[in-house]
Amino acid sequence: MMSRFRLSGTALWSLTFFACLALVLLAPLLPWIAAFPRDLQLPLADWANLVLNPVFSTLQPLGRGFASGIDIPLRWLRDFLLFVPWPAFAFLLFLIALRTAGPGFAVFAMVTQIYIVGVGYWPQTMNTFAIVLLSLPPAILIGFALGAAGHRWPRLEGPLTALLDLMQTFPAFAYLIPLLIVFGFGPAAGMIASVIFSIPPMARNTIVGLREVPVVTLEAAVMSGATPTQLFWTAKLPAAARQLLVGVNQTTMASLSMVIIVAIIGGFNDIGWEVLSAMRSAELGRSLLAGVVIVALAVTLDRITRALATGSPNGVQLLPDRALVAVLGVVLCVAVVLRLALPGLDLLPPGVGFATAKALDAQLLDFVRWSDPFFSALRDALNYGVILPLRIGFAASASPMVWGFTLQPWMIAVYCIAIAGTALLLIRRPGWAFLALFAGLVCYTGLARFPWPCVMIIALLGAAQVRGLGLVAVVLIATLMILLSGMWQPFVQSLYLTAIAVSICVVTGGMIGIAAAENDRVSRIVRPINDTLQTLPQFVFLIPALMLFRVGEFTALIAIVLYAIVPPIRYLEHGLRGVPGHLTEAAVQMGANRWQLLRDVKLPLAGPAIRLGINQTIMYAISMLVIAALVGTRDLGQQVYVALGNANSGLGFVSGLSIALLAIIADRMLRKR
Amino acid sequence: MRPSLAAKPDPQPVKIACRNLWKIYGPPLKRDLAPVPGADPEDFAQALRATGRIPALMDASFEVHEGEIFVIMGLSGSGKSTLIRCLTRLIDAEFGEVRLDGEDLMAAKPRDLINIRRHKMGMVFQNFGLMPHLNVLDNVAYPLKLQGLTRSKREARARQMISLVGLEGREDALPHRLSGGQQQRVGIARSLAVEPDLWFLDEPFSALDPMIRRQMQDEFLDLQRRLHKTIVFITHDIAEACRLADRIAILRSGRIIQIGTPADLLLRPADDYVAKFTADISPSSILRVGDIAEPGQDTTGAREVAGDLPVEALLADIATGTTNFSVMPAGKYGGGTLSAAHVLRILARQNDGTDGP
Repeated sequence: MMSRFRLSGTALWSLTFFACLALVLLAPLLPWIAAFPRDLQLPLADWANLVLNPVFSTLQPLGRGFASGIDIPLRWLRDFLLFVPWPAFAFLLFLIALRTAGPGFAVFAMVTQIYIVGVGYWPQTMNTFAIVLLSLPPAILIGFALGAAGHRWPRLEGPLTALLDLMQTFPAFAYLIPLLIVFGFGPAAGMIASVIFSIPPMARNTIVGLREVPVVTLEAAVMSGATPTQLFWTAKLPAAARQLLVGVNQTTMASLSMVIIVAIIGGFNDIGWEVLSAMRSAELGRSLLAGVVIVALAVTLDRITRALATGSPNGVQLLPDRALVAVLGVVLCVAVVLRLALPGLDLLPPGVGFATAKALDAQLLDFVRWSDPFFSALRDALNYGVILPLRIGFAASASPMVWGFTLQPWMIAVYCIAIAGTALLLIRRPGWAFLALFAGLVCYTGLARFPWPCVMIIALLGAAQVRGLGLVAVVLIATLMILLSGMWQPFVQSLYLTAIAVSICVVTGGMIGIAAAENDRVSRIVRPINDTLQTLPQFVFLIPALMLFRVGEFTALIAIVLYAIVPPIRYLEHGLRGVPGHLTEAAVQMGANRWQLLRDVKLPLAGPAIRLGINQTIMYAISMLVIAALVGTRDLGQQVYVALGNANSGLGFVSGLSIALLAIIADRMLRKR
Repeated sequence: MRPSLAAKPDPQPVKIACRNLWKIYGPPLKRDLAPVPGADPEDFAQALRATGRIPALMDASFEVHEGEIFVIMGLSGSGKSTLIRCLTRLIDAEFGEVRLDGEDLMAAKPRDLINIRRHKMGMVFQNFGLMPHLNVLDNVAYPLKLQGLTRSKREARARQMISLVGLEGREDALPHRLSGGQQQRVGIARSLAVEPDLWFLDEPFSALDPMIRRQMQDEFLDLQRRLHKTIVFITHDIAEACRLADRIAILRSGRIIQIGTPADLLLRPADDYVAKFTADISPSSILRVGDIAEPGQDTTGAREVAGDLPVEALLADIATGTTNFSVMPAGKYGGGTLSAAHVLRILARQNDGTDGP
């Protein structure tokens, strides 16, 4: 049964390969193969606008009313946060950090507060914090309700998971357009975008938490005579509490990340806007200072909420928790009273930050100038060695313009022999052999000129083999939509940006992960860096990339790599360290050396973790595409960004949906059933 | 098979009974697929397996009398957990019936079922099933809280239960601070807090160390002497089953292959499978004199012994030359005569464990 399936798979893939080869060879003769005919393209974006715009304008009065309703508590909260003198706030944070995450972190939190005040970003930080604070309760409640519903009615779980996937992969910039139309320019639209984006982690953790309550706990409750309602509230919920708090932590971080991103709307004087405007006016110093504030805010929020979830062993309990809450309340009240009594007392130092930023600017420029030869070389190497060949192919790269020589027939012959040889060497593992063949074909023409029917056939066949008809339908819809709307070229750009970023991440991240798994010291160094990288809002990664490489596709690539490198490190280390001790012991006893142990025992056993890591890397990379478009790409992300600029819901919808479907397809393909 | 001398008809009324109980996993059953009454259950099981379903419990029938300790014994995967869960309706059986106090438990509505569980049933779990977020006192009081008892009432009752299992002073501890034995004491106290008539114990001591297990078994027997519950007890340990049981049901691959007293299983195993199980059991501690006495009234010069005495109590007498015993009825054990040679024959044959009677 199994072998027959494989045989037919091999036959199918061989057939596909020769079909693709034929198409590649025919492409110069038949232009419709090389590029999807313009006559067949449909104005999908305009059609979407025809449907969407009336809906949005109908919703507009409602949305505007809602927005002004939301503005009131938001303004109130913001004013309040700014009204409380910052030392009181810093002291409160210190107490909370001390109780939850321990003295070391409490000091860190205190220092970061002083830093924020010192560089003059206290008001901006509080503005950002206000939106996060206000968007958290709805996100947590809705996420919890969705998760509980998905748990209660298992039939809902499938559609719910699809919806959550869509909410997380649909680029925020794309749904920001309708939100802006409906709710108007202002923080309300940003807040709602942040709520939408931060619901999924809460919902997912709720489902997982409720599902993983031990059966015996439930049986004990049922046998104690619990009604279904009692079962939920007295047994399931408390037993799932930790996982729910993990959800709160992830939701908080997602919310912060999105609040920073939607600063692009402008007009709220928050810290994200500060970074964005600094980047736009190329003030490196200012963007770096503000970026550090975001990092500090993210790390603080993450550590405190995570400590609440996992119960950090470092937490110091000076007072019973109730007394602590009382103390916090008293401090806050005293601070407010003081401020009322002394109206001028905001204790913020004037104008320090600006001078610092200017000074830093000059130094950074010096550094950039000094390091330019190195980074330019790196950029050129990657550009001409990897990016360009992958885009325009071996055939076109071998030209005087790019590689400095002209393509000769013997080179093509060598190339073909090399590819065929590789495939022959891998003949015992047909999957890898076919991968080599197709990679050879793609590298020859370049992704941009790889015939679109080939991409379609390969994707459809892959989808059919991995997941079956459901995914085939998704792939078909996605490819047709992209082709018909004329976004094939941007899509291909996205594809190759993602492919290069993921390859770089998997190779370098994988090596770091192996090193961290094999060496405790490396692990100790890498872990906190990973922790920090993973809590940072996506936006922050643009700052160093932009600083060192200036605007362009390569900068976008670097930003994507910085953001997406954590999962391969994490999952590889986790997978390798998770190999049961008795198996490695058995292998060592049989005389395996370190390399054999890694190759034959650890890596195969870590397979599922590695696959999950690659999956996560792809998800991260795709979600970063749109953000990276800010520094200049020509991919789908740029389409979304353009749509946002023109308030073109239709274009935003089509290009956003394309990205979301790309992510979902990649995810389903890699997640074996 | 010889009729057992020991088994006098039990006068106690039936507390819980099941008849022709089937639990089937796999695709939902079609209407036409049902066991034929009177037919060999194996035929139906084959039909199920042929359609990709798994019969986890096949045609189980037995009765448990009031005050009895009924042990269901089987290896892992034999269906014993499934069986106890069908009796408590934690899962629903596909076919057959379960009767509690003569009432059809399978037909009980959800609300009635909750009431039955609140007042008539208690259950102890292998992995304790304690609420991780509640301390000992609140865990024991948990079933009472579900019933809506006031705090003072339920805590007073919970304290009684805690002292019953000897955990005074640990009321405020959280479960993860307790040893396995202590955790299971909490589980026992909780299951008894509602004063159930019917007490289910699902491998209660299997997760404990052997020393603790033995001690808990003694405490369990001691509790039962005071409380007189009707008990359904699950175990995979034949020694534990023989120590505790009034009667044992042996379960293999979803089927009950023998029900009987420990002595029945030792002396008259239904098949080789049962015989292999009991081969490791020391018969002298399990068998009572009444179990092996032969009919007759030959009292001349015989030493008088009570029927409920363990056989091992005779060994000293046999060693000093006593050859005949006169067995006096005691408890549920009948009287008769017993020769030293017979005792030794039985012990020797059992210890061989190869050629059953």
